[in-house]
Amino acid sequence: MNRHLIILAAFAVLIAFLGIGLRLNPREVPSPLVGKPAPAFELAQLAKPQQPFTEKDMLGKVWLLNVWASWCVSCREEHPVLLDLARTGAVPIVGLNYKDKRDDGLAWLKQFGDPYNLSIADSDGRVGINYGVYGVPETFLIDKFGVICDKVIGPVTRARLSDKILPLVKKLEQKEHQSCA
Amino acid sequence: MRLIAVVLAWCLPLLAAPQGAQPTPEDPVTNQRAVHLAEQLRCLVCQNQSLADSHAELAVDLRRQIREQIAAGKSDVAIIDYMVERYGDFVRYRPPVKASTLLLWFGPPVLMVFGLFLLLRYLGQRRIRIENAPLTEAERNEARTLLGEPAPGPRT
Repeated sequence: MNRHLIILAAFAVLIAFLGIGLRLNPREVPSPLVGKPAPAFELAQLAKPQQPFTEKDMLGKVWLLNVWASWCVSCREEHPVLLDLARTGAVPIVGLNYKDKRDDGLAWLKQFGDPYNLSIADSDGRVGINYGVYGVPETFLIDKFGVICDKVIGPVTRARLSDKILPLVKKLEQKEHQSCA
Repeated sequence: MRLIAVVLAWCLPLLAAPQGAQPTPEDPVTNQRAVHLAEQLRCLVCQNQSLADSHAELAVDLRRQIREQIAAGKSDVAIIDYMVERYGDFVRYRPPVKASTLLLWFGPPVLMVFGLFLLLRYLGQRRIRIENAPLTEAERNEARTLLGEPAPGPRT
């Protein structure tokens, strides 16, 4: 009797471990960049190639850096969410057009709408590497001090936006002297 | 005969060409270092392939990064650190030993020792039980019958 109980308990533990394992998402690798300063860059704007943009231009603002591309299928799924977010004006969104052709990117924005305050062109993907991008779309939440506070891998969902990102944006906007690091 | 040999020799490079992932103009030492590094790093896009094996675009870019950094005189350790800074420990096929990876590193040996302990204890207990319960004469005879040996006593 006792022995059966032990075997049953061991089996239950095994099932519990397997159950937890099934619920994890192996594609979501925790970014080492959360809590660290956003990597510096200077890139040309997508719409105005002669105008450069750097992450320092956003110092003093809480903002989202959204990595997108015209070839990215999940970006289309995410796009309506970003358009709605842009309409509320809750947080500025900067688009990082990743490994894309300028014309394709601009055409994509024209076709589906442009939720971005502005987009920058990372045509060879070097800035993407510095941000540890591996699965477009990805979204970084950056605070007034230029520190990355949150990262979403894959499409931003409405649930993630209302449960985590927007409350965090509000909290960060109230912080005047301290970053989230 | 000689002609065939010459033709075959000409074909050899054709056989070799598809093997390499890309043409590499660098010297063999740099090349070997780059391949060695790429084999130790995981491709984040297709997670069960190394950077060396993967054909994902990101892997191609990261292999280019490795080559550029070797050319810039960076050490292997510095290049691996560069990748870990961006993608986390997950890019390494050999994760470092630290609090969060203790179970990963030492779980299997601990489980094995525990299993060995259980096995030895079970075997010991079984021997004691066998020694404490000798066969009766009838059982002994039945065993002999089954084994096809002539029984000394009367058959049951």
